[in-house]
Amino acid sequence: MSEVSVAAVAVPGGGLLHEIRATLTVWEREMIRFRRDPFRIVASFGQPLLFLFVLGGGLGSLIQTGAPGVDFKTFLFPGVLSMSVLFTAAFSGISMVWDREFGFLREMLVAPVSTAAIMTGKCLGGATVATLQSIVVLALAGLVGVPYDPVMMIEMLVFLFLMSFMITALALVLAARVKQVQSAMPMVQLIITPLMFLSGALFPLSRLPDWLWWVTHLNPMTYAVEPVRSVVFDRLDIDPALRAVLDPGIVWSGYQVPVIVQVAIVAVCALVLLTLAVKLFARTE
Amino acid sequence: MDVRTDSESVLPRIDTRQEAVRVRGLVKRYGKIEAVRGIDLTVHAGETFGFLGPNGAGKSTTIKILCTLVDASEGTAEVAGLDVATERDAVRRNIGLVFQEPTLDGYLTAEQNMRFHAQLYGVDRASFARRNREVLEMVGLYERRNDLVNTFSGGMRRRLEIARGLLHSPHVLFLDEPTIGLDPQTRASIWNYIGQLHRHEDITVFVTTHYMDEAEHCDRIAIMNEGLIVALDTPAALKAAIGKDRVQISTADDKAAIAALKEKFDLDAQMHEGLVTFAVAEGAAFVPQLFEGLGIAILSVTVNRPSLDDVFLAHTGTTMRDAESREKFNPMVARFRGR
Repeated sequence: MSEVSVAAVAVPGGGLLHEIRATLTVWEREMIRFRRDPFRIVASFGQPLLFLFVLGGGLGSLIQTGAPGVDFKTFLFPGVLSMSVLFTAAFSGISMVWDREFGFLREMLVAPVSTAAIMTGKCLGGATVATLQSIVVLALAGLVGVPYDPVMMIEMLVFLFLMSFMITALALVLAARVKQVQSAMPMVQLIITPLMFLSGALFPLSRLPDWLWWVTHLNPMTYAVEPVRSVVFDRLDIDPALRAVLDPGIVWSGYQVPVIVQVAIVAVCALVLLTLAVKLFARTE
Repeated sequence: MDVRTDSESVLPRIDTRQEAVRVRGLVKRYGKIEAVRGIDLTVHAGETFGFLGPNGAGKSTTIKILCTLVDASEGTAEVAGLDVATERDAVRRNIGLVFQEPTLDGYLTAEQNMRFHAQLYGVDRASFARRNREVLEMVGLYERRNDLVNTFSGGMRRRLEIARGLLHSPHVLFLDEPTIGLDPQTRASIWNYIGQLHRHEDITVFVTTHYMDEAEHCDRIAIMNEGLIVALDTPAALKAAIGKDRVQISTADDKAAIAALKEKFDLDAQMHEGLVTFAVAEGAAFVPQLFEGLGIAILSVTVNRPSLDDVFLAHTGTTMRDAESREKFNPMVARFRGR
């Protein structure tokens, strides 16, 4: 041990600025870990490709969209984007189970900051990683007949960010209850798969049987996927009647729910889930 | 080890007027089980305070209450003059924590782990650069600061955790079993760092251990057993309170020696490890009398001062090791430990 004289540092009191700094610190850690693992981008790229070209290509030959220029893959594109974001965000959130297993959760929870700051940082981190990864899929737009419109791209990324924030928060809620690393993956599958299939990501919301209408319209993911699809369809030059079939929007007994309301629903869900995650994690220590 | 024999002994570093930790009537119940059954405790500023007891004795629960991780059922606890129940964040800013379980992110470098901590504790950038270097140099890890923690050995990780615990200049450093699972050499070096802390820092160290030999490094120790503090004093005073030394002799005729000890000195001796063994106050002073009065040729003598193991035995009626192994079969206690 070297003979150094160690000067004390003064640690200031708390306050909002400190909380924000803590949030950014947790976010930064997610970024560092993301950068350190480039394989994650490659790995997360495979599944959307499979869905887009294999499922899209295979089903597309069966499903006649009824108009030249609108491929089933075009319809599927926003859904596949949402799906890739959904999985990445879910894993980001559930990674808290590993943080607990390896003790780092404790390092975070014993610090003089609120649990809310930590959980918000985690959600922002998960949302950023998921959104960054979605750019790779987004780059394929031209292959499936979606124009490279910069405004559309930005709108989509904003919606995807919000969606992944909500999903990370949901996964954090799950992570609060899952104590074993081995249970984390099945848990993600159990929750995420139905969320995806019942969201209208993979099929149009028009002409659904009654029960499926109810399930899809109670699913917050539906309200997160639809804005992404609607900004794509806004840029397509197609017959309004065809759009009504493929992208009918969300209709509550005759009321056409505007995109801004859909976004608000997702935002509220995200906040509720985040609050719940904070409550659950604050209690586990 | 007497830390006050070195140069700074001129100024007493322990300030008995200042209380680093003050606990009064502390009780913690989990359902019907009382893990902590009403304890009082005062730790002076600048002390290295040892907190001993087998797992399940309530020491982990006590330390968690002091670190604001668990709420007490009854009683009060103050750390650095701050109430753990009502001034949670202020307490946290003033304490450093090193847990038995690792709490580092292996996918970050040592420095990234340090920076993460600094930012959560509100250490500003300029102070961080200086302080980070100082504490990492103190534990000999500054050269390795840009390496991933995953590449570190167990001892290095523990040293990094100690450095991190010191990063925000806490008033009280809590070390929960800092040497558990480490090899003897690394354990010794960790204690070396702890011992030298006082040279650099104005700090109180609160350390739990169940290695009795390590407790010798502490200025004072408390022994906790079944939720109560059963002894609290300096290691020397605790051992002195036991009173008797252990004397072992080998003689030309052990049987006759045992009989003679009983007859001439009224001492109950037994054979242990092939030697005639008995306990007597002031063992060293007794040896000349022994040679004079026993009347049987003595081949060798060893006199042992009581160890902290003997102290523990005297206060709990069991050895630390027995207490540990017995506890392994108690599912209730095992569940408790997981908390």
